[in-house]
Amino acid sequence: MHMSQQNKTNTPHVLPLQVYLGTAAALFVLTVVTVMVSFVDLGGWNIVVALAVASVKAAAVGLIFMHLWFDRKVFLVIFLAGIVFLTIFIGLTMLDTMRRGDIYQISADPIHKNAAMYDTTAVTTDTIPAAADSTHSAANEK
Amino acid sequence: MDGHEHSAHPAHLAHHFSEPAQQAESAKMGMWLFLLTEVLLFGGLFVAYTVFPAWNPDMFFNAHKHLNVYLGTLNTFVLISSSVTMALAIRSIQLDRRDVSIRYLVVTLLLAAAFLVVKYFEYSHKIHLGQLPGKFYTFTGIEGTNPHVFFSVYFAMTGLHGVHVLAGMSVIGWVLMRTRRGELSSEYYTPMEMTGLYWHLVDMIWIFLFPLLYLIG
Repeated sequence: MHMSQQNKTNTPHVLPLQVYLGTAAALFVLTVVTVMVSFVDLGGWNIVVALAVASVKAAAVGLIFMHLWFDRKVFLVIFLAGIVFLTIFIGLTMLDTMRRGDIYQISADPIHKNAAMYDTTAVTTDTIPAAADSTHSAANEK
Repeated sequence: MDGHEHSAHPAHLAHHFSEPAQQAESAKMGMWLFLLTEVLLFGGLFVAYTVFPAWNPDMFFNAHKHLNVYLGTLNTFVLISSSVTMALAIRSIQLDRRDVSIRYLVVTLLLAAAFLVVKYFEYSHKIHLGQLPGKFYTFTGIEGTNPHVFFSVYFAMTGLHGVHVLAGMSVIGWVLMRTRRGELSSEYYTPMEMTGLYWHLVDMIWIFLFPLLYLIG
């Protein structure tokens, strides 16, 4: 804050042209590399390498093109907070969905259709379309 | 009535800010908070992308072979190039080279349009083959459980991204008009800078979508 308030007008922070061109060249080279690696069979490591290269590319876009490296660090903190919460989101979901049945035995059960929406007997045939009625009762009889 | 002479401050400085630098920093913080919500908006789809391949890795591998890697690579080059020209448009207005800035913005718009044209060819090919989400899936050539799920994820992610490209194009068009009218300069280019941040985020999301969808193995 102090730095920017020293001068009253908003003086732009201009990066040399070479920085942009160098970043662009790096992004193009990394794109070629990641496509070439995808044609080599690394098993499960293919996606790991592809995501690692993508992260480096995204970091270059964020730090240089979006000026995160040069601006006040609070903007970087806001952006990284998004990444942290996304990681928690993915991590906890995977802990649930990939670990079901680890503690006690679970198996797929038929759906118990106790809800009112499944009770076709309560609905008269003139309020419900014929096609929908027949599918509901067919499902119920299974 | 105003309590002050309007000639006492630049036309772009809103009254509730003490000086242009403070106004620019505030705008930027607001923009980054918005971009945070964008990351989380796409986040739900990235979670879907993590769960479904974990459940059916073989199906995902087989289905992704039906995407065209060359068109995906072409679009990656197109979108990264548009990010470069966007960054250079901002650099040019920072240096008060307005005509150069306008030219870079026009090129950015053309590249964005090119991205959507390539996407159109990819989509129409898939629609033709019936490689579509959910109950619309009629294709039969993919081994594995529930191959329609791959295309649900594919169309949801690239579709939302495509909508962002369209939104980005409209904002770039608006900034282009304001630059032509001479409303932006090295003193005040916040609208173009914020548009740039948005456009780079759209690029950044594609940088992840490309390997996740096209380069699984």
